[in-house]
Amino acid sequence: MAEQAKAATTDTGPRPILPFLQLGPEPHLRGNKCGNCGAVYLDVKRVACSKCGEQNKFSHIKLSNKGKVYVYSVVHQSFPGIKTPYITAIIDLPEGVSVKASLIDVDPEQAQKEPKKMFDMPVEMVTFTAAKDREGHDVIAYGYKPSK
Amino acid sequence: MRNVYVLGTGMIKFGRYPEKTVPELGGDAAEIALKDAGIKIQDVEMFACGNLYQSNAMVGQRILQQIGQTGIPVINVSNACATGSTAFREAYMSIAAGMYDCAMAVGVEQMGKQGLLGGGGGGTDPAYATEGRMGSGLMPAVFGQAGIEHMRNYGTKLEHFAKISVKSHKHATKNPFSQYRNEVTLEDVMNARMVAFPNTLYMCCPTGDGAAAAILVSEDKLKQWAGGRKRARIAASVLTSDPYTDRDLTLPDVSTLTQRASKKAYEMAGVGPKDIALTELHDCFATAELVHYENLFLCDKGTAGEFIDKKGGVHPDLGGFSPVNVSGGLLSKGHPLGATGVANICEVVWHLTEDERAKDRQVKGAKVGQAHVIGLGSACTVHILTV
Repeated sequence: MAEQAKAATTDTGPRPILPFLQLGPEPHLRGNKCGNCGAVYLDVKRVACSKCGEQNKFSHIKLSNKGKVYVYSVVHQSFPGIKTPYITAIIDLPEGVSVKASLIDVDPEQAQKEPKKMFDMPVEMVTFTAAKDREGHDVIAYGYKPSK
Repeated sequence: MRNVYVLGTGMIKFGRYPEKTVPELGGDAAEIALKDAGIKIQDVEMFACGNLYQSNAMVGQRILQQIGQTGIPVINVSNACATGSTAFREAYMSIAAGMYDCAMAVGVEQMGKQGLLGGGGGGTDPAYATEGRMGSGLMPAVFGQAGIEHMRNYGTKLEHFAKISVKSHKHATKNPFSQYRNEVTLEDVMNARMVAFPNTLYMCCPTGDGAAAAILVSEDKLKQWAGGRKRARIAASVLTSDPYTDRDLTLPDVSTLTQRASKKAYEMAGVGPKDIALTELHDCFATAELVHYENLFLCDKGTAGEFIDKKGGVHPDLGGFSPVNVSGGLLSKGHPLGATGVANICEVVWHLTEDERAKDRQVKGAKVGQAHVIGLGSACTVHILTV
C-alpha cells in the first residue's frame, strides 16, 4: 500500500475523471460484467450483482466506443461557472450498459427543434482534458460526438 | 393489521420563512394538527419526523423541545423527496401493528432560495467534478429526460407538458397554502426561460420552506376522540425502492417503482384507478407528472398526451376529470422536500373529510383519494385514503 501511495504522488501522468475510463493509446470504458446473469456495470468493483445477487463472478470487459443516443436533455441553467447550454445524453452501448455524457459537436438549438433526429443517433466516444488537479495531473474526461 | 385513521392534520403555507428555524416550522404544523385532532401532545405515543437537510440533527426531538418533551419514542426519517411520506408510513405501521394507538408524523424542510438540486461529482477536488463536462445530474435535466423518453416512445408533444403546468397553476389559485398562486397561459409556459429541455421555468417546482403534520390513531381512539367528525382511513400505505432495470443506474427509472407501488396500493385498498376521486402526485417537474398519469394507471400506457388533451387531471369544476394536484402540485404549492409527503396526504384528507381548508377547491363527493411521492435514488410511496 505504502509503495502504491508513493507511486501515486510521484506520477504526473493524466488521470481519468472516473475510474472506469481506461486511458492509454486507445482510450475506452471498462465494464464490470456478471458471469451469472450478464448484467454490465460501470463500476470497477462491486459487492454483488444488483440484478441477480451473485457474488464473485465479475470480470472486466472492454466496452465499445460506439453507441446510440437513447434520450437527452439540453441544460440551460447550471451551477455558477459552468458554461451553458450543454447537451446531456444517455448513450446505449452494444454491451447492454448505458453511459451518461455530454454530446459534443451537436447544436443544442437543433437538438430542441428536432428531437426525433436525436433518438438512436450513432455516436462515438472522444476524450478531452477537462482540468488540472491539485497534484498537477491532467484530468481526462470523455464525451460522445456523432459518428462519421 | 389494524385500521388506522387520520384524526388531525396541520400544514403551514409553503413559502419562505427566514426568521424561523426548522423545529419552529415543524412545531407550528404539529400544533395545528394536534388542535385539529382535539388532543394534546401528552396523548401522542410515538413520533416520526421527516426532514432531509438536517437529518443528522435530531429534528424530531428538537420539535418536541418546542412543543412538549413527553419522552416518547422519536424516529428521524430521511428518504429523499419521499421523506415526509415515509415518516407518515412509520407512524401508520406503528399503529397498524398494534404497538401504539396514537402517533404523530411531521414533515418539515427549510430550503430558502436553494436553487438547483442534483449534479455534483468530483469529491474534494473540483477538477474531478462531472457536471457540465460529462452530461448533467441536475434534477431538471434528469426529469427532462423522463419526458423526452415519453416523446421518444409515444410521440408526446411539448405542449402536453406545458398544459400540465397551466393546469396546476390554475388549481393553485384556489389554494391559500400554495407558495405561488399565479395563473399562467400556455404561451407563458412555452416561452418561459428554458431550464433543461423540455422543462421551462414554469414546468419546474420551486424550492422553499414548509411543514405539515398528521395525527394517526387506531379505531379505538377514533371512537373515543373523533366525536362524530368525519375522518379518513388509511386504506393503503406502500413503499418501494427502485428494482433493477436496464438503465436505472445511469438514467434513474422513476416509473417501475411507481407502477409497483401503485399496483400494490390498489390491491391493499381493494379499489381501482376508476375509484380514485383525486390524486396528489409527485410533479417535481411537468415531465414527471405526465409519466405518472400512466404509472398510477389513471390512463393506459402511452396515452398520457391524449389524457391531457381530453382535460384529464383537470379539476371537475373546470370541466376536467380524474383531477390531479388540485392543490397546485409541487409546481405551484412548492416542494420543501421533507414536508411534501405529509402535505399531499393532508390535501387528500381535506377533500375526503370536506375540511374547510380545501373549501374553494373541494372535489365534491370525494370518497377515495391517493397521494404519491418519488424520492430520487429511489423511494416511492403511495397512500390511498378513504371515507
